[in-house]
Amino acid sequence: MLRTGVIGVIAISLNACSPTELQHERVDAASVRKGREAVERLGCGACHDLPGIAWPSGRVGPSLHGFANRAMIAGQLPNRPDILARFVRDAPALVPGTAMPEIEMTLEEADAITAWLQSLDES
Amino acid sequence: MSPEAPIPASTASWLPVILDSAGPFSQPVTTLAWVIFTGGFVILGIVIAALTIALFGSPRLKARLGGEKAIWIGGFAFPVVVLTILLIWGLWLTSHLSAQRITGDEMRVRVIGEMWWWRVHYLDENGRETFRDANELHIPVGQPVLLDLQAADVIHSFWVPRLAGKMDMIPGRTNRLLIQADAPGVYHGQCAEYCGGPHALMGFVVVAHAPEDFARWQAARAPAPAAQGSAARGADLFMSSGCAACHTIRGSPADGLAGPDLTHVGSRRSLGAGILPNNKGTLAGWIADSQALKPGNRMPAYHQFDGEELRALADYLASRQ
Repeated sequence: MLRTGVIGVIAISLNACSPTELQHERVDAASVRKGREAVERLGCGACHDLPGIAWPSGRVGPSLHGFANRAMIAGQLPNRPDILARFVRDAPALVPGTAMPEIEMTLEEADAITAWLQSLDES
Repeated sequence: MSPEAPIPASTASWLPVILDSAGPFSQPVTTLAWVIFTGGFVILGIVIAALTIALFGSPRLKARLGGEKAIWIGGFAFPVVVLTILLIWGLWLTSHLSAQRITGDEMRVRVIGEMWWWRVHYLDENGRETFRDANELHIPVGQPVLLDLQAADVIHSFWVPRLAGKMDMIPGRTNRLLIQADAPGVYHGQCAEYCGGPHALMGFVVVAHAPEDFARWQAARAPAPAAQGSAARGADLFMSSGCAACHTIRGSPADGLAGPDLTHVGSRRSLGAGILPNNKGTLAGWIADSQALKPGNRMPAYHQFDGEELRALADYLASRQ
């Protein structure tokens, strides 16, 4: 009886770290890395102070330290991944008066940059 | 942001640039560097062996190591012979890099060092200027290109490590340097003589094209057509906000000479003299506050534009292909 209970507990705890969840985390880490690479390649630092990227460190736009904890994008839009992915590619379409131009990138890059921004958690 | 086929960035190798020659005029430097590194390691091995004997060897070996003969051989004869051979061989090897090799048939370009960027003037076979660009040099692969190197203000040094050794750029003088790339690619350069504040941010880009691509690139050097839409508004702002006082855009009234020629700025691979990627975002960031990116450079920060104006200017410059 006891033995069955122990096995049951082990089975439940093994189930807790299910393979799908592990898989999900790995994919996430990969897109965060890709996003960071895209941010460096595109030179987002020309306007933004970016965590983990020493140079360039521009002052035209807001600092992106702790961006995941920020409620709003550009002070106007809710900070949701789907909106963020559109904003990083084509900011003027969402915030007409912004100084941030549309930036040529693939949809995958926009998603990866979004994943990277969502990983900037300083809470 | 170039109309041509993408060119691989040639920085894939793990080797440090001086050990990763990409043409005949950097090869002797690479050879010399390998010989000096290898020789240095061999001599380090000999010194460690001698040290081991001195610490742990038998009394007989210790006595031999400390004798007068060992001092004369190891401390005098060996360095004199090795350094003499190295000096003569090194001078012979690098003498091939000097201007003696110039045949007169090379493509010619004048590159002028400025604080803290580069003027690039393409010349015809008679040394007359054909057109101007800045911070980026396009060459065909597999043939030597002769550079007339000058300086406008202080001493700079032209260095594209994978294509040639360094050559100083001295005010009032023209120094000549041959470069050649054996494979298409993008080769990075850097000012190699301290020239004040943002010296470390005075970069350069050499783009080597296959011959047919180079001919296509040359043919496309006409100024871009008049701007449309948002870019047209950017053009008006460019002329009315003072940009044209320092920058030339051929085909427009802008004819300033103090700063880089921007006729083809949209097709360049970098911004701010080889330091930033070139897209509308970095263009806007540079215009609004280049002082945050390259402190001390001679372009002031322009804080007077609103968001749409700044984007219009970036659109205009990006359209100058």
